[in-house]
Amino acid sequence: MNVITIERKILEKNDEVALQNRTFLEKLGVVAINLLSSPGSGKTSLLECVLERLQGRVAVAVIEGDVHTDLDSQRVARYGVPVVQIVTHGGCHLEAKLVQDALARLPLERTQALFIENVGNLVCPANYDLGEAMKVVVISTTEGEDKPLKYPAAFRNAHALIINKTDLLPYLSLRVEDLKRNARQVNPALVMFETSCVTGTGIAECCEWLLGRTSVTP
Amino acid sequence: MHELSVARNIVEIVEQHLPSATSRRFKTVRIRVGEIANVVPESLAFCFGALIEGTALQGSSLEIERIPLGCRCRGCHRAFQPSHFAFLCPECGNGDIEIVSGTELNVVEIELVNVEGGP
Repeated sequence: MNVITIERKILEKNDEVALQNRTFLEKLGVVAINLLSSPGSGKTSLLECVLERLQGRVAVAVIEGDVHTDLDSQRVARYGVPVVQIVTHGGCHLEAKLVQDALARLPLERTQALFIENVGNLVCPANYDLGEAMKVVVISTTEGEDKPLKYPAAFRNAHALIINKTDLLPYLSLRVEDLKRNARQVNPALVMFETSCVTGTGIAECCEWLLGRTSVTP
Repeated sequence: MHELSVARNIVEIVEQHLPSATSRRFKTVRIRVGEIANVVPESLAFCFGALIEGTALQGSSLEIERIPLGCRCRGCHRAFQPSHFAFLCPECGNGDIEIVSGTELNVVEIELVNVEGGP
């Protein structure tokens, strides 16, 4: 019997490219935010609200990830920001190489904040480092308070949690405090926001926090 | 369903370690998968099997060692296995917890066997 020892990380290639992306973005002073959520939690709507509010205050660029369409980049482009669409053709997550190719197509020397909207999925995207400065998880009030416990990897590695669609709370049995407790259990360091893209609640707080993470004075 | 891309990475890594000419057959590829690595072993084994057809690795099997989630408190240094992903120290209640195992996704080794009649 012969054994050849290998001991290598399976995702080492992705990690290498992610490190290149991170070094490149840090050098340019671009703060990259990787947005994760399940499908339909309102990532794009939130992004639209944030873009509207940040207009004229900070130079933003966007990378949109989608399985089949460019519908999201069309929505985002209306705010006059540079946007690149990545269509994964069935792929359930973005990988560092896809982001690296997209970075080459953005005017990053004039960018302060880069939003990367991942494919709607709380499982696979959690495992792929893209080279972002931070991950932000979005969860909507209709998804239930148990999701942080069901998808711990996504919540454990995030800097912030945005609880979206709070305007629906009167019609739901969800208890926001239970959701927050579960999230804190998985990641005590999570910064949390409650937002509604319908009423605009919480968007300002979110934006101020984001501005605080960029080199821009809030 | 990112098991296919994970399997592709495994095959690529293993191929870089294969001896160029050998009369031996590749029998087992061993990997280590952590509890929160978000990989379904059955799917991964299926994808691996499909990818190695017609390659030097054909006929080899994928052996997966599962690694449970293990944590250590940065305050009192107590080691523990969290239940229900509660990253809180059972000893002192501290939330500053280091994950020491359970995120692994590594190719460990490959095992070869001599082909009958070979040297």
